[in-house]
Formats: sequence, structure tokens, C-alpha cells
Amino acid sequence: MGCFMENIILEMRSITKTFPGVKALDAVNLKVRAGEIHALVGENGAGKSTLMKVLSGVYPHGSYEGDILFNDETVAFTGITDSEEKGIIIIHQELALVPLLSIAENLFLGNENVEGGVINWPKTYSRTQELLAKVGLRESPSTLVGQLGVGKQQLVEIAKALAKDVKLLILDEPTAALQENDSAKLLDLLLEFKAQGISSILITHKLNEISRVADSITVIRDGASVSTLDCRAQSISEEDIIRDMVGRDMAHRYPARKNPTEEGHLGKTLLEVSNWNVWHPEAVDRQIIHDIAFNVHAGEIVGIAGLMGSGRTELAMSLFGQSYGKNVQGEVRLRGDVADLSTVPKAIKSGLAYVTEDRKELGLILEETIQTNTTLANLDRVSSKGVIDENIERQVSEDYRKALNIRTPSVFQKVMNLSGGNQQKVVLSKWLYSQPDVLILDEPTRGIDVGAKFEIYSIINELADDGKGVVMISSEMPELLGMCDRIYVMNEGRFVGELDKTNASQEKIMSMIVKA
Amino acid sequence: MTTKETSTVVQSAPSVTSYLKSHMRDYGMLIALVVIMGMFQFLTDGTLMRPVNLTNLFLQNSYIIIMAIGMLLVIVAGHIDLSVGSVAGFIGALAAVMSVNYDLPTILVVPVCLVVGLIIGGLQGYWIAYWKIPAFIVTLAGMLVFRGLTLALLEGQSVGPFPKSFQLLSTGFIPDVFGVGRPNVTALVLGVLAASSIVFLAARSRSRALKYGIQDEPFSFFIVKNALVAIAIIYLSYLLSTYRGLPNVLMTMAVLIAVYTFLTNSTTIGRRIYALGGNVKAAKLSGINTERLTFLTFANMGMLAALAGLIFAARLNTATPKAGFAMELDVIAAVFIGGASMTGGVGKIIGAVIGAFIMGVMNNGMSILGIGIDWQQVIKGLVLLAAVIFDVYNKQKAR
Repeated sequence: MGCFMENIILEMRSITKTFPGVKALDAVNLKVRAGEIHALVGENGAGKSTLMKVLSGVYPHGSYEGDILFNDETVAFTGITDSEEKGIIIIHQELALVPLLSIAENLFLGNENVEGGVINWPKTYSRTQELLAKVGLRESPSTLVGQLGVGKQQLVEIAKALAKDVKLLILDEPTAALQENDSAKLLDLLLEFKAQGISSILITHKLNEISRVADSITVIRDGASVSTLDCRAQSISEEDIIRDMVGRDMAHRYPARKNPTEEGHLGKTLLEVSNWNVWHPEAVDRQIIHDIAFNVHAGEIVGIAGLMGSGRTELAMSLFGQSYGKNVQGEVRLRGDVADLSTVPKAIKSGLAYVTEDRKELGLILEETIQTNTTLANLDRVSSKGVIDENIERQVSEDYRKALNIRTPSVFQKVMNLSGGNQQKVVLSKWLYSQPDVLILDEPTRGIDVGAKFEIYSIINELADDGKGVVMISSEMPELLGMCDRIYVMNEGRFVGELDKTNASQEKIMSMIVKA
Repeated sequence: MTTKETSTVVQSAPSVTSYLKSHMRDYGMLIALVVIMGMFQFLTDGTLMRPVNLTNLFLQNSYIIIMAIGMLLVIVAGHIDLSVGSVAGFIGALAAVMSVNYDLPTILVVPVCLVVGLIIGGLQGYWIAYWKIPAFIVTLAGMLVFRGLTLALLEGQSVGPFPKSFQLLSTGFIPDVFGVGRPNVTALVLGVLAASSIVFLAARSRSRALKYGIQDEPFSFFIVKNALVAIAIIYLSYLLSTYRGLPNVLMTMAVLIAVYTFLTNSTTIGRRIYALGGNVKAAKLSGINTERLTFLTFANMGMLAALAGLIFAARLNTATPKAGFAMELDVIAAVFIGGASMTGGVGKIIGAVIGAFIMGVMNNGMSILGIGIDWQQVIKGLVLLAAVIFDVYNKQKAR
């Protein structure tokens, strides 16, 4: 069969999608052949999920530019029901199941077997049994979904897709939360569907999975499709894919350090973590953090690289007063002494600060003023005998406003009225005022524009120059490479590698992650 | 970074109108109260502000105001307490049984009752704070439990009358140390003292703020506001002095309002309660012991409900099984009329007090006018709704 004779089931032509201020997708092309498994790969934030949301109608026709052809006809979906009607079914990373309903009820939710408005339960149950057999799940249709493990829930989701007569199945990182053998089972199922003529798009970070099942690969980077590789025509190495995923220039986006740490000139060790183990707060038999050990020196910026869900935030929060997890075990030394970090006040007192990745949910009191937020973690310092001296408090917040260049007419401004970058500076003010030795910054530049990013980077550099230890968690690898003296690579709750600034590269980090 | 150095950040003072506009939420309800009082003063041909009625107004609403102070903290912390009416009724019954049936002295009965209230609040707070059981459920259960216990304690009957010493809690007046009697010079002197200390404190805090170069209230506004407040307080104390002077209850209330205003505005514990209600997760991650604060907030509420129960019982001079019935609704309404936010983190003590007075003046005024209890309920309900809509509208406009 010649190339041009191939049966294309889906073609997305130069899709461009802009959000206010950001171009999320820039003329992306995607071509999926009938009956193939098409892998879609790219870094976090590259635009994969946005592209799939355009395809499934979550972003309706008209909110993007470009054309979508499905089975050779142009389609214009206005919502997810439109795309489902055509047989395009998307299974999201966060499963869309109702835990307190049974498998049968979940399978036909919104698609019930009704006769005159009344649900036909016998038919529902017998169809459920057929579908469960197809996906190889041996459970009673009346079992509550909440009682199933993640792997089985994933199968229920796929069965739900089959109930809707699926033509093109889209799976967004379906194996991210699965154990090894569950993942293998799921991939086998995809191969089986392929034999039945169902095409799938598989979004994944695991390159071994791709080489096992994918027929072709599209790589997306920074909102643009970089390359499409045909696995049947040529053999594709993992290195090829990684290069396409990360290759971007790293021009002067990062401010220079005044006195950069060089090997042999490191300050004393500030933070030393060893044998750190953490279990999931609800599913107590699931271990989230495995045997992590790391250290931070004075004046050093240490990065933690890893994909979303690799356990970076969980690690940071479990260190910071055990704000995450159950059964936290391990030893932390601060300035050489064993530290008790079992509660947040103790962690703060020991000289640790944690700048959360989610500033609106976890970092700020949005209804309150800049002044109130600035002093919140160290109120005792602006008060005596429990009475706040508001004038000192004002002075403090005013000083930080100037030092960090928070753009606002006064410190009485409520933080909800500030831009993302300025809000982040308020969070930083709060933690700087808590007088920490070590700051853990979790995605410190998430959702803020380029100019503000540069300012945040400068602040981080100043902190290191002042002799503080900085731990920087980020999903943006260039940011880590541009800022950090050392980078730990994290995957599935473990540290899988450590790289020095001199020999770190995106390729090395990526290959550590995908080969782990 | 040193915190002592003083920089001179003089912000340009905004005009009175723009200042008032941006603080509409703060002054809106006070203006509403003045308007409502003026309206009833007119409709009742001056009966509303007659010294004897004014005295009654304070006595009638004291227990609502006292509970509204505690409820404000609970609501700011992001919770609710439905049990306060029942707890107040229960404590009244307890006091009656102790003083009437067992002839225990008032000096013992009052502290015991307050401690029992504290324990009741603490028990409820324990489940809410440490077990994360919704306050609505816990206090709904408390409402039923203490309603039932009141009945059990009183064996379904009214118990009274109270000894004279106990009645003084509610019906007592500050005696005139100057011996004139009418007008009560002590009342006048205390009124002038209160007014001048309020003005003095305001002026001191303003001058300190100016020294640090941070003040956004226009000077003319400051003068007018404080003058009006001082005149209002002196005028009220004059009116009261021409009757029997200052009721004990009014003094209790004034002290509580002052203490809790200070607590919420100027102490770390107050600040942390607002933070907890504004964003509990962020507060926790800032090292605030959110559980203990929640617990304390409810314990405090229990104690204030007990105090309100004592005053209510003393006022009726008898403990009845129906005492405190549905009182929690008036208290909660007062707090929301006063500008507190249902989601927590927003609200002021003075707002809750004004809210309680709005309800109280309307009750009193409508009763004088002879409006039936049926229409009174309707009007109070509509006022509550209107106040909250006004608040939400202002908030949206501010964005």
C-alpha cells in the first residue's frame, strides 16, 4: 500500500490555539492512520493535552484556528458530546468515574439503557458483563467503582468508551498511576483493539511503552509539532525521540550569579535528608517516596527534576512539617543537627520554608492584604505578648514590597487583585520574613510571564548569594539547567540520578527519567 | 533586613468621597442603622429614643449582642454554631436549679455556669477541630441535646424567681456615686469618659501611623467621624441618665465589645483566626495551629452563650423550658447583617454589634407600632436578605 493511499482516520491541520497572552498551540499538525496506535509525546506543558481538548471539543470549534478532518469530513465540535457521537473518546489522566456508583451505573452514565425514561437494569447488567469481558475485567457489574484499584478503574473507563461505539480512543498517560503488570495488560488491550480496527492516540512519557506498541510517533514541543516518526518504516531510537522532545535554545533567560559556587568552594552543608520514606495519606499501603537522600549546601541552588506526579511536591511537603503523607520516616539534619520537622511550626522554627506550587490554594489568603500575608508565617516577630504592632508590620511589608519590586500602590491592596507574578513575590516575602536557612521553592515560576520570571530568578540568585540553601522544584528543565548548581532527577518517588551543572543536559535528565 | 528604620512613604491622601466609596462595606450598615433609627423615631412619634425605651432596647438585645460577638469569631473562622440558643437556655436552667432549688449563692453560680458553658463549647469544638466533623452537624446535635437537657433539668416547668443578687445581672444599674440620682451624674461622667477615650485612642493611633508615613484616611473625615461618635455616645448616656442611669448589662456589653475588638484587630490570635477562615490550607502551611484555634473559638462561643443565658434568665427572673428558643437564628442573622462572609475570613466585631442593633431596633420599633409578630418575621427576613445582597453587590463592584 502506497503512502498516499493510506487510510487516514484523523487529520488535524495547522491547529492554533491562543489563551490570553499565551500561544498554547502554534500550527500543530497531527495525522492518525486507521487502525494504528499513535503515540503523542512531549514535555509537560508542550501542548499535548490542549491539542486533545481541541480534538474532543472541550475547546469548541471557533475558539481555535485550523481544521479537523475525521474520516475525510471536516468536523466542527461544539462540545464533548459531539465528538463522542462520532466515536472519538478521550480518557483523561484523572479518571472521570463516580466512586460511589457501581461499575454498571458508571459505564452507562449519561448514556443509560432507557425505555420510556425508565432504566432497563437487566439489559444494563448484561451489556456491562459483555463489555467487562472485552476489557478482561472480572468483576461483578454491581461492584462500586471506589472499591477497585486504579488499574481496574482504568479498565472501567475503557469499557465505558467501548459502550459508546468508539472509533478513536485517546488515552492521556494511562499508565502513569499503574503498576508494571497492570500497564502491560493495558497495552495488550490496545493491541487487541488495533486488531479490531480501533485506532488509538496514546499520550505517554514512557519510551519503552512507545517502542512496544506504537506504529507512529508525533513529537510536540513548545506548542508546535516537531516531527512525526513512522515506526514501521524505520527503527526509531529513544535518543531520537528525546532529542526532538527537548531541543530548544537556552539563550540569556537566566540572570548571572554574583558569586557562583564552584566545586570545592561549597559552603557548609545546611540540609541533609536521608532514608526518607513516605506513604500515601489515604491508601496507606502505597509508598509514595522511596529511600530518598539528598543535601543542600549554603549558597547552593539544588534542583529537583521530574515529571508531574513523580513525587516532587509530596517529598517537599512531607519534609515541611509532614504536611503530606502518613508514616513519614527518615532523618533530616539542619546545619548538622538532627531536626524535628514533625509539625509546620517546628519546621519553620528550624529554618525551613516551603513556597508552594499552588499559591492561590495553599500560599495566600486572597481576601487579605499584602501586609497581612507578608507577616503571616512570623507574626511573633511583629508582636509582643500576642499584640501586633501594626506600624512595624506595615514597615516590614513596605520594605519587602520595595525590595522585591511588588507592583502595587500600597501594601493595603488585597492580594487577589495582584497579577500572578506579584502574588508570587508576596508569597516569597512571607517566607523570606520567616528567616529561613533553606527554602524549598515548588514551581516558583508557574503561570507567570517571562519578565516576572526573570525577576523571580534574580531573587532566587540573591538568596543563594546571601548564603541560604535553595531547593528548586520545576517541571521546566531549561529553568533548572539555567539556575541550579546541582540537579537531582526524580521518578516515581525515587531519586534516579544526580547531575552537576557542568554535565547536566535535558537529554541526560530525560533519559534518566524514561529509562528508570 | 532591619525593620526599625523608618522610611517616609507618604501616600497622597484620597478625597473624602473616594475614601467613603472604597469603605462602603465598613460604613454602609452603620448608616443603615442610623437611618432605621431615624425612621422609627419619626414613625413612633419619638417613643423609640425615650430614655425608658432606650434602656429597654439595651436590655432586650444584650444577650443577642453578647452571643453575636462569639458567633462572629466562629463565622470568621469559617464555621457556624447552631447550638447557642439551646446552650443559653440550658445554662439559664442550670442557674435556676442551683440558685432556687439548692439556694447556692450567686457569687458561686455565675462562675460555675460560665465554666460549664466553656466546657460545652469546648466539647463541640473538639469534634469540629480535631475530628473534622462539620460544625453544622455537631452544633445541630448540640442544639437538640441541650434543648432536651433543659427540659430534663427543669422537669418541664418554669423555675424561679431568682434571688435579688442574681437579678442584678440584668436589671441592675450603676448607682450614682455623686448622689444626685436624676439625672444620673455617674452615667454622664462615664459617657464623657468613654467618648473622650475613644477620641484619644483614635488620635494617638492616627498620629503614630502618620509618623510611619502611612495613613489613607482623610483628616476631615477623621474629625467628622470621631466627633459624631463622641456626640452620639454622650447624647445616649445623657438620655439614659435621665431615667435610671447605665444598666449593668450595658457596661458588660461595652467591656466585651472593647475586649473583642482589640482581640480581633490587634492580637496574633485574632489575626490567625481571620487567616484560618480565609484559607485554612495556607494558614496551616504558614505554621498556624488551625485545630487549636478552631477549638478555642468554639469554647469561647460556649462561654459567651452561657453569659447570655444568665442575663436572659435574670431578665425574665425565671428559667423556662422555652428560653433561648430560636435565639441562634437572630444571632446568626445579626452577624451576617453586620457584613461577615459565609465562607469565613471576613467580618468585624463592631459590624456584628451593629447588625444586632439593626435587628433589635426593628423588633422594638415594630412592636411599638403594633405590627404583629407575623409581619415582623417577614420584614426581618427581607432585611437580612437585603443586607447580604448589598454586601455581595459592593464586593462585586469593588473587583
